[in-house]
Amino acid sequence: MNLYGVKAIYKFEMARMKRTVMQSVLSPVISTCLYFVVFGSAIGSRMGEIGGIDYGAYIIPGLVMLSLLMQSISNASFGIYMPKFSGTIYEVLSAPVSYFEIVLGYVGAAATKAVILGLIILATARLFVDYSVLHPFWMLSFLVLTSITFSLFGFIIGIWADGFEKLQIVPMMIVTPLVFLGGTFYSIDMLPDIWQTISLFNPVVYLISGFRWAFYGVADVHVAISVGMTLVFLALCMVAVWWIFKTGYRLRT
Amino acid sequence: MQPDISVKHLNKIYGDGFQALKDVNLEIYPGEIFALLGPNGAGKTTLISIICGIVNKGDGEVKAAGHDIVKDYRKAREAIGLVPQELNTDSFETVWHAVSFSRGLFGKPPKPAHIEKVLKDLSLWDKRNNRIMSLSGGMKRRVMIAKALSHEPRILFLDEPTAGVDVELRRDMWEMVRKLRETGTTIILTTHYIEEAEEMADRIGVIRQGEIILVEDKDRLMSKLGKKELRLHLQNKLEKIPGELTLEPVELSDDGYQLIYTFDAQQQQAGVARLLRTLGDLGIEYRDLQTRESSLEEIFVGLVHE
Repeated sequence: MNLYGVKAIYKFEMARMKRTVMQSVLSPVISTCLYFVVFGSAIGSRMGEIGGIDYGAYIIPGLVMLSLLMQSISNASFGIYMPKFSGTIYEVLSAPVSYFEIVLGYVGAAATKAVILGLIILATARLFVDYSVLHPFWMLSFLVLTSITFSLFGFIIGIWADGFEKLQIVPMMIVTPLVFLGGTFYSIDMLPDIWQTISLFNPVVYLISGFRWAFYGVADVHVAISVGMTLVFLALCMVAVWWIFKTGYRLRT
Repeated sequence: MQPDISVKHLNKIYGDGFQALKDVNLEIYPGEIFALLGPNGAGKTTLISIICGIVNKGDGEVKAAGHDIVKDYRKAREAIGLVPQELNTDSFETVWHAVSFSRGLFGKPPKPAHIEKVLKDLSLWDKRNNRIMSLSGGMKRRVMIAKALSHEPRILFLDEPTAGVDVELRRDMWEMVRKLRETGTTIILTTHYIEEAEEMADRIGVIRQGEIILVEDKDRLMSKLGKKELRLHLQNKLEKIPGELTLEPVELSDDGYQLIYTFDAQQQQAGVARLLRTLGDLGIEYRDLQTRESSLEEIFVGLVHE
C-alpha cells in the first residue's frame, strides 16, 4: 500500500481547509449559530417540548447533521473536482496509487474536516442551548459514519460534475430540502399519516433520527434501522465509486 | 539490453471511434534521449498518456522499466516522471509544498535534501516559499519539471517542455536534460521545435496519423535522408543554365546570379567536382560558394507530408 501517497493527498486536502478557514469553518459555524439563536433561543423559548426535550436542544442534532452533510459533500466534491478543473488530476492518475488509496486520501480528508466542523458546531451550540449526550459513543459513530458516507457521495458528485454549477445542484437542490423535511425542526410523528409515510422515503430522516437518539434516547425510527440505512447508503456510494474507477468514468478516456 | 519503455502492437480507439494509435511498436533504451516527433493530432500525447497511466490502454502490451503498466502499474509508474504539455499547477500551493506533494504521491518518503537539490538545479530555490500563482510561465514550467523529478524517476517524459518559454530558459532546460542523461535517466521528449530534437536527441521517432513511420538514430537519419546544397555566387549573370550542366540537378536563381546544386548527403561529392570542372571549362566564374545540409526540420516535413 502506498501510504505516503495517501498521506500526501490527505495532507494536501487538509492544508486547503487551513487556507480557506473562513469558508470551510467559520461560515458554516456562523450560519448554524444563527439557527440556534433564531429557532433555539428566540422561537424555541416560546415552543413546548418535543418528546420531553426542550425545543432548542431538540433541533441541535438535526442542525449539526445539516452542516455535516453539506460540508462532507462540499469538501469531497471540491477536493476531486478542482484537480479535474485545473488539470492537475494528471499527477494523481499517473502516480502509483490504487483507486482505494485515492479515495482514502480525498474522502478521508473530507470526512475529517466534516467531523471537526461538527464538533466545533456542537461546542458552539453550548453557548446558546443546554443539551446532553446520552450515548457519546453512538453520537461519535453517527458523526463519523455520516461524514464518510456523504464524503463518498460528494466524491461521486465531484467526478460527475463538469462545471461549478453542477457541484452546487445536489447539495442545494436535493440535500438541503431533504434535511429540512427530514425532521431537523420537528418529529415526523407531528406530521399527518400520509406525510409520515412519505417521510420514510427520505434517507435523511434515518440519519437525524439515529443521531438524535444518541443525544436524548428518543427517535422517530428504531436506531438499528437508522444504522442499517446509513450503511446501505454507504455501500451504494462505495459501489458507485468502484464503478467510476473501474470504467474510468470522467477520469480516464 | 532490456528497454526502459517497450510498446508492442499498441492500438487506441477513443469512445467516439477515433483511432489515435495504430499498431504502435517502440523500444526506448536506458539512458537515451528519444525525441518523438509528429504533427498535431498525430498521437504523441496519447502514446505518452497511455504509458503514464492517464489514458486507458487499448490492445497491445506496454511496459515501463520492465513492468507491465496495467498488471504491475505501481512499479511501472514509480519509475516514470511526467512533465505534461499544459501548465497544470496548484496555483495556491507554494513551490516547496507542491514539489513535496509529488514526491509523497509517488510513494517516496520525505527527502528535503533531494527537493532542495532539484529546486536549486532548476533555479527555483529562491522561489520555494512563493505561491505558484505568483510565478511567471517559465517558472511554472520549471515547477512542473521539479514535480516530475521529485521522486527520482529513471524515465522522464517531457511533453513539449519548452513550449512558450524564452530562448534562455530553453537553453537552460536543454542543459538540464543533458545533465539528467549523465545520471542515467532515460528521456523521452515530444517537441514542436525540431531544433530541440536535433540539438539533444540520440534517436528520433516520427509518428503520423497514429502510426510510427520511422525510428532512427538521429545522425544516421540526417545522413540518410538529409540533403546537401551547394550555392555558387556567379561573377556575371546567366540567362539560362548551359546545356553542359543539365546532367546535374542544378537550378538557376531568379536573378541569374546563383547556381544551386542539390545532392544527397550520403552521396560522394564527385558531382561537385564535376560541376566545378564544367564551370571552369565553360568559363563561368564565381566569386563565392556556400554549402549547407538540410535540417532535421526539413527531413521531418518531408516525412510527414509523404
